[in-house]
Amino acid sequence: MALIELSGIERVFQLGDAEVHALAALNLRIEAGEYVAVMGPSGSGKSTLLNLLGLLDRPNAGTYRLEGRDVTTLSPDEQARVRSERIGFVFQSFHLVPRLTAAENIALPMTLAGIPARERNARVARALASFGLENRADHRPDQLSGGQRQRVAIARATIMQPALILADEPTGNLDRHTGEEVVDLLEALNAAGVTLVVVTHDQAMGARARRRIVMEDGRLKSDSRSPDAPG
Amino acid sequence: MRLADTLRFARDAATGYPLRTALSVLAMSIGVAAVVILTALGDGARRYVVGQFSSIGTNLVIVLPGRSGTGGFNPANAITTTPRDLTIDDAAALRRAPAVSRVAPLAVGTSEISFGGRLREVMVAGSTSDFIPIRNFEVGQGSGLPEEDWSRGSSVAVIGSKIREELFPGGPAVGQLIRVGDRRLRIAGVLKPIGQGLGMNTDELVIVPVSLAQAMFNSNTLFRILVEARSREAIPEAKDQVLEILRQRHRGEEDVTVITQDAVLATFDKLLGALTLGVAGIAAISLAVAGILVMNVMLVAVTQRTGEIGLLKALGAPARTIRLAFLTEAAMLSTVGALVGYLLGQLGAFGLRQAFPVFPAYPPDWAVIAGLSTALVTGLLFGVMPARRAARLDPVQALMKH
Repeated sequence: MALIELSGIERVFQLGDAEVHALAALNLRIEAGEYVAVMGPSGSGKSTLLNLLGLLDRPNAGTYRLEGRDVTTLSPDEQARVRSERIGFVFQSFHLVPRLTAAENIALPMTLAGIPARERNARVARALASFGLENRADHRPDQLSGGQRQRVAIARATIMQPALILADEPTGNLDRHTGEEVVDLLEALNAAGVTLVVVTHDQAMGARARRRIVMEDGRLKSDSRSPDAPG
Repeated sequence: MRLADTLRFARDAATGYPLRTALSVLAMSIGVAAVVILTALGDGARRYVVGQFSSIGTNLVIVLPGRSGTGGFNPANAITTTPRDLTIDDAAALRRAPAVSRVAPLAVGTSEISFGGRLREVMVAGSTSDFIPIRNFEVGQGSGLPEEDWSRGSSVAVIGSKIREELFPGGPAVGQLIRVGDRRLRIAGVLKPIGQGLGMNTDELVIVPVSLAQAMFNSNTLFRILVEARSREAIPEAKDQVLEILRQRHRGEEDVTVITQDAVLATFDKLLGALTLGVAGIAAISLAVAGILVMNVMLVAVTQRTGEIGLLKALGAPARTIRLAFLTEAAMLSTVGALVGYLLGQLGAFGLRQAFPVFPAYPPDWAVIAGLSTALVTGLLFGVMPARRAARLDPVQALMKH
């Protein structure tokens, strides 16, 4: 059973009188544990694809099966539950809550899910340790460097132990060196079994992925795997 | 999200924007403070007037000459009714009424009082020995008017405390001979200072026997007859008996007006109570305005935090959680505002009482409860719309605004 199974996905936006097909007749299968880079020019539909995979958006047609379950017909609250338990997001601009400390930002998904404070604290402490943020726990985002912010964001994305991490240009706002660190971090998570889907402009980063999907005008242009890829 | 987490999240969100939060708390607190202070003023006025009026006596029934009926002008009355004055004999006759305990006739005029070259104009009240106890006055020095036949009128006077101070600064007053009009009177006593009471300053009053006053003013009519009923329950009975006796004495014509202290008190009470209510209503408008301000502030908050709302949705917050978080924040703003306003209002009322000690400016309980609950309800009510707007935001759109 594939983790992600898209069949016949259509996503149409209405821009004035014109209809824009952001995604057209898209079929895609991603197995559990894969490392996929989605590439392509601006407006090719990669962000729309990511939003769709993250259940932030609904397709106009087609079905999306996540872990064998059709999630396109779920109610918004059921979709929120799936996001909470199965999907972690990493954004280009980090999207940390400015008034919350690093620890509180990491704990936010658990807070929203209603996990008791004691368990939250234990899990946050472990996450801070494994992401090298122990002495940044009480810092607010504006007191952190870009790399530290993205590490907080990745810690937050993984704190609910999701099956799938969706990263939208995770290195876009970082310099080369910190960007590499962040990519290493994401790849380490993938090595631990989490499925990783990264949208990126960066050829170098795309080249590191075992599977590369190139999009153009809402369609798959190419889908290639590295020869040494196991999956 | 757990309740404690929701509360903390809302608190952090509110304190994260101090200016915005302070302004809406201020608006709400001004509204509540206005309700508390204005009702304290209104209710203080009511208590003051009622207190003043009840201090003029206990279980009083007052007889006025002339009929102030409510039947309108009747041409028949114009021909047949002969206006008849109240006399001392009328007053004396009222003592027969079983429901009446004491009666004091009252004749009033102005005259000049002089002693040792000092001279001033005074109000002279002609009455009997029972006048002072019926009116709840107290004699500070000497004694009141003598117990004597009402028609005798011995040459004595009881003076108010201010007259005493002006005419006898430092010296003894009781026993001195003074001149009132063209009479020489001996001072029998001095009243304790009381102050203003319903337009008549008793500290500047000179009380003399009723027949003496009538002789001084060359008249045999009375200004009022003060009747004290045996008890509170006996007031209506006393009123009926007084009317009946006077009708008999006036050949079957009801040409006097009898008012009871209770009725007047009740009227004042109702009137000023309505005033307080009206003032409270005006103040309530400011609460509604404060509620709308809270709504504005929350709408701004939703706009300011659109990106954050998108993030919360991406992290798996259902619409209910987001709605609740924003509603809790609105409720917090109005609760804190209401409490601050309550304290400000009580402080203002305290200040009023310090500035005007005779004025009992205490906010009534109903106004405090109504003010506080209106503040909370408007805060919540006006918080619903922004909270719903936040919960309905499209996560993709919301995430792009960061």
